[in-house]
Amino acid sequence: MFGKLTLDAVPWHEPIIMGTGVVVALGGLGVLALITYFQLWGYLWKEWITSVDHKRIGVMYFILGIVMLLRGFADALMMRTQQAIASTGSAGFLPPHHYDQVFTAHGVIMIFFVATPFIIGLMNVVMPLQIGARDVAFPFLNSLSFWFSAFGGALVMISMWVGDFAAMGWVAYPPMTELGMSPSTGVDYYLWSLQLSGVGTTLTGVNFIATILRMRAPGMNMMKMPVFVWATLITNILIAAVFPVLTATFAMLAADRYLGMHFFTNEAGGNAMMYINLFWVWGHPEVYILILPLFGVFSEVIPTFSGKPLFGYTSMVYATAAIGVLSFFVYLHHFFTMGSGADVNAFFGIMTTIISIPTGVKLFNWLFTMYRGRVRFHSATLWTVGFMFTFTFGGMTGVLLAVPGADFVLHNSLFLVAHFHNVIIGGVVFGSFAGMNFWFPKVFGFKLNDFWGKVSFWCWLIGYWLAFTPLYILGLKGMTRRLNHFYVPDWQPYLFVALLGALVIGAGILAMLIQFAVSIKDRKKNVDLTGDPWNARSLEWSTASPAPFYNFAIVPHITSLEQHWEDKERGRAWRKETDYEDIHMPRNSGVGFVMGAFGFVLGFALIWHIWWLAAIGLVGMVGAFLSRTYDRDIDYYVPAAEVARIENERHALLAKAV
Amino acid sequence: MLSKLPSVAGRIALPFMLLALAGCDRIELLDPQGAIGEQEKNLILIAVGLMLLVVIPVMALTVFFAWRYRASNTKATYAPKWSHSTGIEVVVWSIPCVIVLMLAVLIWRTTHTLDPYRRLESQATPVNVEVVSLDWKWLFIYPDYGVASVNELAVPTGAPINFRLTSDSMMNSFFIPELGSQVYTMAGMQTQLHLVADRPGTYPGRSASFSGPGFSDMNFDTQAMSWDQFNAWIKQAKAAPAILDEATLKALEQPSEKTPPTIYASAVPGLFDRIVDRFMTARMPKTASLSGPICTPDESVSRRND
Repeated sequence: MFGKLTLDAVPWHEPIIMGTGVVVALGGLGVLALITYFQLWGYLWKEWITSVDHKRIGVMYFILGIVMLLRGFADALMMRTQQAIASTGSAGFLPPHHYDQVFTAHGVIMIFFVATPFIIGLMNVVMPLQIGARDVAFPFLNSLSFWFSAFGGALVMISMWVGDFAAMGWVAYPPMTELGMSPSTGVDYYLWSLQLSGVGTTLTGVNFIATILRMRAPGMNMMKMPVFVWATLITNILIAAVFPVLTATFAMLAADRYLGMHFFTNEAGGNAMMYINLFWVWGHPEVYILILPLFGVFSEVIPTFSGKPLFGYTSMVYATAAIGVLSFFVYLHHFFTMGSGADVNAFFGIMTTIISIPTGVKLFNWLFTMYRGRVRFHSATLWTVGFMFTFTFGGMTGVLLAVPGADFVLHNSLFLVAHFHNVIIGGVVFGSFAGMNFWFPKVFGFKLNDFWGKVSFWCWLIGYWLAFTPLYILGLKGMTRRLNHFYVPDWQPYLFVALLGALVIGAGILAMLIQFAVSIKDRKKNVDLTGDPWNARSLEWSTASPAPFYNFAIVPHITSLEQHWEDKERGRAWRKETDYEDIHMPRNSGVGFVMGAFGFVLGFALIWHIWWLAAIGLVGMVGAFLSRTYDRDIDYYVPAAEVARIENERHALLAKAV
Repeated sequence: MLSKLPSVAGRIALPFMLLALAGCDRIELLDPQGAIGEQEKNLILIAVGLMLLVVIPVMALTVFFAWRYRASNTKATYAPKWSHSTGIEVVVWSIPCVIVLMLAVLIWRTTHTLDPYRRLESQATPVNVEVVSLDWKWLFIYPDYGVASVNELAVPTGAPINFRLTSDSMMNSFFIPELGSQVYTMAGMQTQLHLVADRPGTYPGRSASFSGPGFSDMNFDTQAMSWDQFNAWIKQAKAAPAILDEATLKALEQPSEKTPPTIYASAVPGLFDRIVDRFMTARMPKTASLSGPICTPDESVSRRND
């Protein structure tokens, strides 16, 4: 009846897991009780869960990222503690099977459910505003994408208490992930949660490409698009190109596990190397998918807070495009040690170093944007300067790892671990927080508390260097990754420093939570009446904060790369219009949520081989999709009078601010 | 120009890296015990040195520009409209291009000289070792001597070691940090690695690629010793009570953790190739046991998996 699912699937005897379970359950019940007490269910359903507004969806992506960051960081602390105490022969507090799940979950969560939601959230909020659009091209699809991702994350979370998670590292290399070697449900949780969220990400890619190519405000030709929009375009082209590869690869692995096929098995002509190649065909472009949007964020933050246009706009655009193209020709550097010939290794090594050219150019361009500027040290600026400082070093160690001869000794070592945390924390995380502090008022109408933002920044920066410099050194001392216990007392002092660094990062996360609380408490004090709190340059700052649901009452006409700045210079900004027209808007829809929920049911049922439930999940998804297909009532018009009323209120506030 | 620059770059890199290490600890990869590791150390230092030529200025300029052009410093020049300079653009595209050009030459050359498959040029007699990764231990077979060992590797100093590697189950990576390069071991496939130990000593080896619950204890010691001592070790091995036959291998194939080092007086000839071939012929799993038909390996054909 319930397939492989029995009561034994719950790890009752694991105090750490059950303790966490109790805390999460109590916390969850508390939140539910509060929502009920304040009668917020209707509000949540109407305004958020069913929303197709790109800004709301972006915020929900960001919340998903932050919640999952807490989980992923808890995993990180456990790993750092385990290695610090298990380096002198002690077994530590995490037995191998649990530890192996922790480092796998950490990687999967941080890449797929923290970094990815952060960048998709930012692109969602900012890109349509920057191109003067009222929403994305397919607003319902956007909602569906989000709910697929969120329910994918829920599947990963539930694996903690029902069954186990994968215990093979976030790359899930066969043959270890084949049924014979990993018979438990861990790998299946991995596969189906990533399939669900992966489909969501692919749909986002298609959606955003269409949005940028078809929905720019009149006059905005490609070379008048802000760099963030360019970065979004290239990112989504990469998403649409490589996420299907990941989906197909996982489908093949699932076919091995469920249908007895032999794509990647040791036996019967399977070949694990094929999986490793396919995985990185997705995996290397993926790291550019993660970092390019943040390059876009920095390109918006620096000019604004330097009081100058971005240096070398054209260079930036070509550099971004070049990175996008080159990212397809480097993936083999993830397995130089798999026995490829010297010619092949050298080719991929050289291609990888070539990527550092456009990346280096970007760094120089940000430098020369600050040059002869008036740099204001808002926390978004600090995150950006911290990024430039930190990321440059990570870029260097990355190029070092791209030298095959060096990689032969550094591969799979903590040097590698330090490198990718250097670029992901120093790039993706710093960038996401820069973007969050920068665009927060545009979404919520008030600024984030800057003091706690800065505390958070300094903790993250110092914590990063404390935590990962020792790992670089340990890598050079020959320490390899994913070790559960070892007897090398030599390594212990470094691991203690690394643990200390992780705790400092933890303080940074705590400071960020305090920042949210303080900002919400002081929201009246930090209110942004002008819609342009930073004296910024691009289009999104010309509309109100929070941006109205239709973004722009009158579709702007673009004549300049820095439209809002030019309008301010010529005294045309914030002009009050008198003639408004009806605005065509998409209607909210709960179908995205429902399809996501049925997707969750389908995934859960497939993991536990509960076939009747899988059928319900699949039929539910298809049924919800069909009901949407036949629904003709999907849009409406906001009457001109209503637009005028909202705009008059906004201009009254503007007058107060000036 | 190229030959000089790397050495200059290496000299710049060394103090920087040592400074970063901030201790009196020995940094194993920067103090290798074999020629391959030595070349890889030099390569790391040269590459880092070359890159630091750009990286240090960029990191310093980041802090300097941010501070110099802070809003409160009204003495600094402010050019609110300045956003283009062909001169600067040419320079910022050229600098990384030049560095990458030098790195590219360096990569092309060293990737060929350090290719793990390349036999080492040496007057000394090479030693052949066949490596099989099992769950979770290492099996070393010495085909020239007919002996074998688990979780202990003895090699003579100064002699090129020709490794042929495969896996009996999970994928692993064979890595002795102080001697140099690592290479993956994969079932049904054979990889190669060539290393040398220049000084006598004990060098820890491990699996660098995660392979399951027993992975952390998949360690072995590499004993590098003089030829005389090595010959004595072989002699001693031949007198060991245990032998490596199919029954022993079956027992070794059972997953186990923390397997103590064991020496086998004799190993069935051709065992390594049969372990590789077992997966190759496994289209009909029934016949694919170790006692099945033996494929004679053609030594002239390197089964290279690229």
